[in-house]
Amino acid sequence: MGDWKTITVPIPSSESKNISQFTSETNMSPSSLCSQQVLCPSLPLAKSVHNFFRAFCTEENVDQSVSYLDQELTTLGFPSLYEESKGKEVKRDLNIVAVLNCIQELLVLHRKNLLAQENVETQNLKLGSDMDHLQNCYSKLKEQLETSRREMIGLQERDRQLQGKNRNLHQLLKNEKDEVQKLQNIIASRATQYNHDMKRKEREYNKLKERLHQLVMNKKDKKTAMDILNYVGRADGKRGAWRTGKTEARNEDEMYKVLLSDYEQRQKQILLENAELKKVLQQMKKEMISLLTSQKQKPKEKAEDTPGTVLSDVEEDNSELSKENMWELSCETVREQLTNSIRKQWRILKSHVEKLDTQVSKVHLGGFKDEEVISRQDHEQETEKLELEIQQCKEMIQTQQQLLQQFTTTCDDDTSSLLQDCYLLEEKERLEEEWALFKEQKKNFEKERRSFTEAAIRLGLERKAFEEDRAGWLKQQFLNMTSFDNKNSENGKPQSAFSGSSDQDNLTLHSKPGQKSYSVFSESSVRTSKLTKSLPVSPSTSELFQTIRHISENSSSCVLNVATEDTKPNQVGRECTAQKWSVASRSDSQEGGCSGSRSLACTDWSIEHRDGLP
Amino acid sequence: MNFSEVFKLSNQLSKFSPNGKFLASCVQYRLVVRDVSTLQIFQLYTCLDQIHHLEWSADSLFILCAMYKRGLVQVWSLEQPEWHCKIDEGSAGLVASCWSPDGRHILNTTEFHLRITVWSLCTKSVSYIKYPKACQQGISFTKDGRYMALAERRDCKDYISLFVCSDWQLLRHFETDTQDLAGIEWGPNGCVLAAWDSCLEYKILLYSLDGRLLSTYSAYEWSLGIKAIAWSPSSQFLAIGSYDEKVRILNHVTWKMITEFGHPTTINNPKIVVYKETEKSQNLEMENLPFPPTRAAASSLFSTESKYEVVSSPVSLQTLKPLTDRPNPKIGIGVLAFSPDNCFLATRNDNIPNAVWIWDIQKLKLFVVLEHLSAVRSFQWDPQQARLAVCTGRSQVYLWSPAGCVSVQVPAEGDFQILSLCWHRSGDSMALLSKDQLCLCYLENEGVK
Repeated sequence: MGDWKTITVPIPSSESKNISQFTSETNMSPSSLCSQQVLCPSLPLAKSVHNFFRAFCTEENVDQSVSYLDQELTTLGFPSLYEESKGKEVKRDLNIVAVLNCIQELLVLHRKNLLAQENVETQNLKLGSDMDHLQNCYSKLKEQLETSRREMIGLQERDRQLQGKNRNLHQLLKNEKDEVQKLQNIIASRATQYNHDMKRKEREYNKLKERLHQLVMNKKDKKTAMDILNYVGRADGKRGAWRTGKTEARNEDEMYKVLLSDYEQRQKQILLENAELKKVLQQMKKEMISLLTSQKQKPKEKAEDTPGTVLSDVEEDNSELSKENMWELSCETVREQLTNSIRKQWRILKSHVEKLDTQVSKVHLGGFKDEEVISRQDHEQETEKLELEIQQCKEMIQTQQQLLQQFTTTCDDDTSSLLQDCYLLEEKERLEEEWALFKEQKKNFEKERRSFTEAAIRLGLERKAFEEDRAGWLKQQFLNMTSFDNKNSENGKPQSAFSGSSDQDNLTLHSKPGQKSYSVFSESSVRTSKLTKSLPVSPSTSELFQTIRHISENSSSCVLNVATEDTKPNQVGRECTAQKWSVASRSDSQEGGCSGSRSLACTDWSIEHRDGLP
Repeated sequence: MNFSEVFKLSNQLSKFSPNGKFLASCVQYRLVVRDVSTLQIFQLYTCLDQIHHLEWSADSLFILCAMYKRGLVQVWSLEQPEWHCKIDEGSAGLVASCWSPDGRHILNTTEFHLRITVWSLCTKSVSYIKYPKACQQGISFTKDGRYMALAERRDCKDYISLFVCSDWQLLRHFETDTQDLAGIEWGPNGCVLAAWDSCLEYKILLYSLDGRLLSTYSAYEWSLGIKAIAWSPSSQFLAIGSYDEKVRILNHVTWKMITEFGHPTTINNPKIVVYKETEKSQNLEMENLPFPPTRAAASSLFSTESKYEVVSSPVSLQTLKPLTDRPNPKIGIGVLAFSPDNCFLATRNDNIPNAVWIWDIQKLKLFVVLEHLSAVRSFQWDPQQARLAVCTGRSQVYLWSPAGCVSVQVPAEGDFQILSLCWHRSGDSMALLSKDQLCLCYLENEGVK
């Protein structure tokens, strides 16, 4: 890239050109290389330049190099590095300011050059891409040209072929024409021949006919005759007249009369038609005149090309109109006049119509916007109309629906309902009754269930209270039996710990007399048995142990019952609805019977409660 | 719509009398004349042989029965049943016979068109006209019955002779500029005679009563030309149907073409109503049939009913490819007829044989196309109004009027294939003719239901 740049730089700018020229003049001195390399912006090059400078200027050749530079710079148009000397012999001093200025200028120049270079480079790039593009275009166009050329060749070929075909067809046509001509000639010749033959044959035929005729006539054919009873009178009642010259003349006359009458009739018809046509013509003319005059007065103000002659013509025609009767003469002069006037008017009318046409077309062209507006208005109107229509349609649909509904309802009323109504009503009533019944029952059941649950809850509560009571009682008994106030105080804690068990113990004791509390007791007995097993046996009285033992004896028989009893309260609630509760359990055993009795008691309670509730 | 009972018939020979009171029909060699109002047999005549041609005289007093094989013509009087007249052409033979418009002369054309014999019922006189031309339509009477035009051929040239019918005097005799005259026809006003060349050349010539050539018209050259022509009842238009499947209409003032009607195979214009005949399915009725089917039921089973349906355009019509190697190819406009009020023109293109084209003459446009299941045999306009009756060889009769169209099954036993029909002059009824049967069809006055 760098090389390429260095090559391209000198070409566009005039300054660098100068430089190159100068450098070329200086026979590729090291400084020329330097000047070239000064323009290169890249660092490594700068380094090399630095190196080069070091080589260029040493301590020994400072003066030389300064003079060389001065020379170079002066040639390049810079002010001299040396101070202006008064005498030539005196060795000139280096002017630092000038040097610095020179350096500054060189730097500026250098920057400028760099900028220019950049511009040039970008331009170059642009141009390069343009060039590429153009080359592409060029190649494409070339291709196109090639293809079109090929196409042209193809078309030319086709054209040639078609021309050939055309020529062939022309040839064929010619041949066909010739053939047609030939055939026509043949036909014509055949026709003539046929006619000739026909004529010959006909002549022969005629001869034969003639002979036959003669034969038939000459034979005096007796058979040829008319056998008639009597002659009939003529249709017109006249006698047949002899054929004479007179009759001939008369026939002739009559014929002409017939013809004449026919012609007369036709003439009459034609006259009639003519008269009618004339009438139509007159009317048309009148209308035309009136139309034209009325129109003329208007456009006269506009001064459009309505020549005054026309008006005069019209007036003339008007005057002619007064002489209408002349038309009835139907003589040639009148006809001419008539046709002329009609033609004139027709021309006027035509021109007028044409004018109108052009106007209309102009208006059509000019007033397109107006038309658009109109169309919009139309559009709006149309939409309104359509909306109205839609509404109407909707209404229609509604009415139709109503009608349909009415129809269907009436239809139901009409036939099926009349027959089925009583039926349905009956059934409905029955069903409703049943429904009410069911509802009532349901209500009852629900009430009962509620009362049962309440009863169960109450039972539970009562049991608790009872148990508490018993526990209290047991405590008292214990206290009474042991009568160890101290011990009691010592065992106070553990007692409280199994307060439940102690309660139950009390229960067991209490249960002995009444079987009613048996089930409850058995439940507690299980617990107590458990307690006896799990808990370390506390030092208690023998009685207590005895009672416990007694309980454990019964417990084996009681466990089953407990299981049944546990479920019982629920079962009671449930089976009450079915009104056949605990029959099986009652029959099971005594305990079952007991539970049954107890549950019965429960029901009694519930009933009581029910009474109490409301 | 009512139908009479079915009567026997041979050779499709049945005609209403011009005054509309009687209906003559032929059964083999017998001629039966019925009262139209009661259908009772009014007279019964017995001819000498099978009848080939039947024609009423213009005053409805006489009936002509021609027996071509024997060369005989027998004439019967309605007023005097005992009156008889027999004309024998002898060895000259007979190929055509017709009344003159006065109803007192009979024109017999002998074999090979040697001559035309004019027999008078009033006098003993017999006239001969030599050199009649053997062509499609060689004799034409004016409507008022005063003049007769006759195509002649002498020395390989066509001539037309005009005769005064009252005394058979030759009025005019002129050569026509035709290669091979095919037909002549008077305009309804009796003053213009149209003469056209054979199909090899499209050329129509119009002559005045005094023999002047009024105009010549030729649409094209070098291909098959005129097939049929028709005058409008007002003599205002002359419609020319040609082999190029077009109808050209000339006017009566300049005798130039006003317009031409093409008959394309596909109809694209949605303004044109196309009625298409479709068969009705009879499946429903099949279930109700009695097991041992009655004759009527059986017949109705085999003859399918049909109805018209309006088809939306574009419609492509069934075409017939004409055989090119046969003479008289089935192509071009073969039949055309104006309605009595001049408003409509009905045409049939022979290579679209199932269709009838009805043109509006006031607008000069195609108006309606009727497409049928079978080829149209014939059609005829109601003489009183714009109502067209069409038959196709099936057991239906088709009626069209500007109000619409209808297909009516003939409720006859067996298959009653209508081959031709003719209207009563009142327009109240028409005779439907099958191969060997005849049936009268009565229409209400309101028009098509």
